[in-house]
Amino acid sequence: MAGELASPAAPPRITRGSSRRVAALRLLRRRLIQAVPLMLGVVVINFVLIQLAPGSFLELMTAENQVSDPATIALLRTTYGLDDPVWLQLVKYIWALMRFDFGFSYRQNIPVIDAISVHLPATLLLMISSITLALAVGVAAGVVASMKVRTFWDTLVSVAAMFFFAAPSFWLGIMLIVLFSVKLGWLPVGGMATIGGTSSGAGGVLDILHHLILPTLALGLFYAAIYARVMRSSMLEVAQLDFVRTARAKGLSRNQVTISHVLRNALLPVVTILGVQMGTVLAGSVVIESVFSWPGVGSLLFDSVSSRNYPVVLGIMVLGSLVVIAANIAVDLIYMWLDPRIEIR
Amino acid sequence: MALPLEVRGLSTTLFTRRGEMKAVDGLSLSVGAGETVALVGESGCGKSLSALSVMRLLPDPPARIVGGEVRLNGRDIVPLPEEGMLAIRGKEIGMIFQDPMSSLNPVATVEKQIVEVLRAHTDLGRWQARARAHELLELVGMPDAARRLDEYPHRLSGGMCQRVVIAMAIACSPSVLIADEPTTALDVTVQAQVLALLKKLQADAGMAMVFITHDLGVVAETADRVVVMYAGRKVEEATVDELFETPLHPYTAGLIGATPVPGAARAERLADIPGMVPPLNGLPQGCAFAPRCPRVMERCRQERPELTQPATGRLVACFAAERG
Repeated sequence: MAGELASPAAPPRITRGSSRRVAALRLLRRRLIQAVPLMLGVVVINFVLIQLAPGSFLELMTAENQVSDPATIALLRTTYGLDDPVWLQLVKYIWALMRFDFGFSYRQNIPVIDAISVHLPATLLLMISSITLALAVGVAAGVVASMKVRTFWDTLVSVAAMFFFAAPSFWLGIMLIVLFSVKLGWLPVGGMATIGGTSSGAGGVLDILHHLILPTLALGLFYAAIYARVMRSSMLEVAQLDFVRTARAKGLSRNQVTISHVLRNALLPVVTILGVQMGTVLAGSVVIESVFSWPGVGSLLFDSVSSRNYPVVLGIMVLGSLVVIAANIAVDLIYMWLDPRIEIR
Repeated sequence: MALPLEVRGLSTTLFTRRGEMKAVDGLSLSVGAGETVALVGESGCGKSLSALSVMRLLPDPPARIVGGEVRLNGRDIVPLPEEGMLAIRGKEIGMIFQDPMSSLNPVATVEKQIVEVLRAHTDLGRWQARARAHELLELVGMPDAARRLDEYPHRLSGGMCQRVVIAMAIACSPSVLIADEPTTALDVTVQAQVLALLKKLQADAGMAMVFITHDLGVVAETADRVVVMYAGRKVEEATVDELFETPLHPYTAGLIGATPVPGAARAERLADIPGMVPPLNGLPQGCAFAPRCPRVMERCRQERPELTQPATGRLVACFAAERG
């Protein structure tokens, strides 16, 4: 049979995936176009919701500074545009947003964008490290559980997943602090850097990583628990499919089949829920940031809400939505890369 | 010289919560080089489990081989450990499955899936393996083979997918090819092409082929000999011509009667076999076919007929057939 054929030269190499790259760009373009009305909706809803909240920052500001002169108050109202009807304020806000102007934070006396951009990197760092931890631990645990199904390891993963899924993240955070910071003294209690320590160079990076460990665990283990459960059942489901038997019939070992055939297919549901959860990861980081005094957007949001610093609150909402939308687009692209069956018509 | 495949008294049992079920019960079967033996029977009669037993790819639990031998070129592979089987699957035995669309990994390219079997059993380098995969695709008649290497299965038709599966099965020139209903999921025109391809590949390489099917029309076209299975047991074995001319077992006769014949008078209604294959955990005491058999006798309900040889080259397990 084929063995007797003279071996011809290697067939022409076809640039694999060039059509897929085009499709990916098309997906990206479509998602970006879809993001515009979505962002508009986010802005309108958040703006209106904040208008519904009682009190304005002006009242708090004048009360704090014991200003009672009506002329001064009237001047401030005009300065901040509070005399305009709500719809006009909204239109002005959107118009400003288009020029990337998020308004002014009276509290810090700086533009909102500056106030947020000081805190945003810390939050993004925490989000990314938590998601990375969740994916790595969750997927690995799920794979182990599925390969050792109904054994001690499977049970261990199930019990651990149940625990971290059920434990409230603020409680978990406090317990981690009690154990690793107070009792063992291995890790810092909170903050992002050692006060008075080196803040630049490799030492600074290491210092930040050192501070990052506990908040990452507190935020990430909850998601790791979800991914472990999803990954386990997904692996078991894919292992039943016909092509796995075909792969075994080729003489591949169980481990080879698991790694090169089952795993990639089983990742698809995990990626799907990853996209859905981006928003909750951001929300969860607000809680964790206050537990660990992490100088992120969460603590800024907390301060801004209690001081009625609404331009900052609104700015965080809008930027947060942008982050979630961007993360979802990234997830869509990952999904497309993992599953060639997804093609945009 | 030893036959490529010789199965002796193979028994596979399903161990379930509702008890043990003999899914394959003492099956014997031998296939010579270049020969095609068809394994025929209704759904659930143990054909596929027999094939998976030979491959040692049974879902365990619940299924396990409990007895018998599978001799591959003279060597019994039943006692081999799993590592020993890795060198046999895909190398000495190739297997083709029923549903080609789901038999291929949807997220791997055709090239990757063919190269994988080559790399598992040969020491071809990456580029040599790719070149060989290309050759194989041309050998199985894949149109535009070079381009198909980089395609994902969902871009291929059912017939093309089955050609890829066939290419993988024959990639390492196995001496035995097991085809488990390879044409059932395909369009009729494609069925004929795939059958012709299998026949040609087999003839060229002198492979021994086990062809599992429930379609007697396909049997007539492809097989040299036929083994008829019912409820996990072989009930009849004969050459194709003899089987179609004078089926000895009433079950075989029923199967043949239930096969549409092209050109037959239209008014003629197809015969059918009343009843269904009995569940394996509720087999009757005597002959498993007795409740559905048109020629059933009192004795059939009491004792189980063993295989006898009424004429050279023929085997049948039926009391009625013994009496003629």
